[in-house]
Amino acid sequence: MSIRTPMGRARGMGAAGHGVGEFWHQRVTSVTSLVLAIGMIFILLTLATSTYAEVRATFANPLVGGWMALTVISFVYHMYIGAQEVIMEYGPKTWKLGLTLANTGFCLMIAAACLFALIKMSFGVL
Amino acid sequence: MVEFTLPKNSTLTEGKVWGKPAGATKTREFRIYRWSPDDDSNPRMDTFTVPTEDCGPMILDALLWIKDNVDPTLTLRRSCREGICGSCAMNIDGENTLACTKGMEEVSGTITIYPLPHMPVIKDLVPDLSLPYAQLTMIQPWLQTETPEPQKEWRQSHEDRAKLDGLYECILCFCCQTSCPSYWWNPERYLGPAILLQAYRWLADSRDEATGERLEILEDPYRLYRCHNIMNCTQTCPKGLNPALAINAIRAMMVKRSAF
Repeated sequence: MSIRTPMGRARGMGAAGHGVGEFWHQRVTSVTSLVLAIGMIFILLTLATSTYAEVRATFANPLVGGWMALTVISFVYHMYIGAQEVIMEYGPKTWKLGLTLANTGFCLMIAAACLFALIKMSFGVL
Repeated sequence: MVEFTLPKNSTLTEGKVWGKPAGATKTREFRIYRWSPDDDSNPRMDTFTVPTEDCGPMILDALLWIKDNVDPTLTLRRSCREGICGSCAMNIDGENTLACTKGMEEVSGTITIYPLPHMPVIKDLVPDLSLPYAQLTMIQPWLQTETPEPQKEWRQSHEDRAKLDGLYECILCFCCQTSCPSYWWNPERYLGPAILLQAYRWLADSRDEATGERLEILEDPYRLYRCHNIMNCTQTCPKGLNPALAINAIRAMMVKRSAF
């Protein structure tokens, strides 16, 4: 148990000097994700009855492949910031470091897996 | 931070049912949270019956009637009895508000009263507000200038003065502060709606010259950015103010300062 003055508790370790970056990126990625998701749904709907070869041919188009890659990046970055918010707000103090590492690792893995699949599709590897 | 276990003596129990006043025809039933640090027991809900023809129309009138006529140990803060001092803020019928401006007629059925939520209780309906007061002091809620003080007053245009409307009226009752889940989870790190509204009141003041320093105090992932716009603060404010709008105005200033 710690007995600190109310002012000591309020001041804590002082202002971190950041926060607006995460706040702004979260808003920007929510807008970009919305726009990119509309395009992604349109692309997927046009490919609904296509063969695998046709899908790969479409993804080989740099506009389509680039669009899908940006969608993955925007989604995953937004997911990372959102999950980090949850960890900061609700995470038990002793778990926060571990949860932050897990969130970072999970988001990197998701992004890597999605981008790898896209590269395979777009560049015709394998 | 979320805590799933309650501290000792936190289980609410059924309390004493006080008798009905003799001869009363019109009455209202009150269930009121009671806890005293003097005994080592759990908090309880006492039931009182108040004759409405013998007291004023407000909840505070009924509480004072109980204190005067039934149980003088009932403990609450009150001062102005007209919605200016903010002392009698408490949770009435599930909503944080002022007992002096809330009429008994506004509540149907039994009137249930708790202290402001999620604050340490000193006794009965009196919460410990020392932390939000310290947080208020931390944001330096006073005019700060480098320019030598003018011989008369600091001048302000009518347009600039109008920017303080909806901000200066805050009476620091902390109804909003204690209705905010983000403040419940991180009371020591998130400043909360009442403090941030006060912070914006000085950020919006055209006479103040410490805008940058004020923003630096707030630039922190916890102090400012735990608000998720659920608007409990705005819904519960007994003065009809909008702390959520003030918080978003501060964040807009932060973005403008850093990006545009």
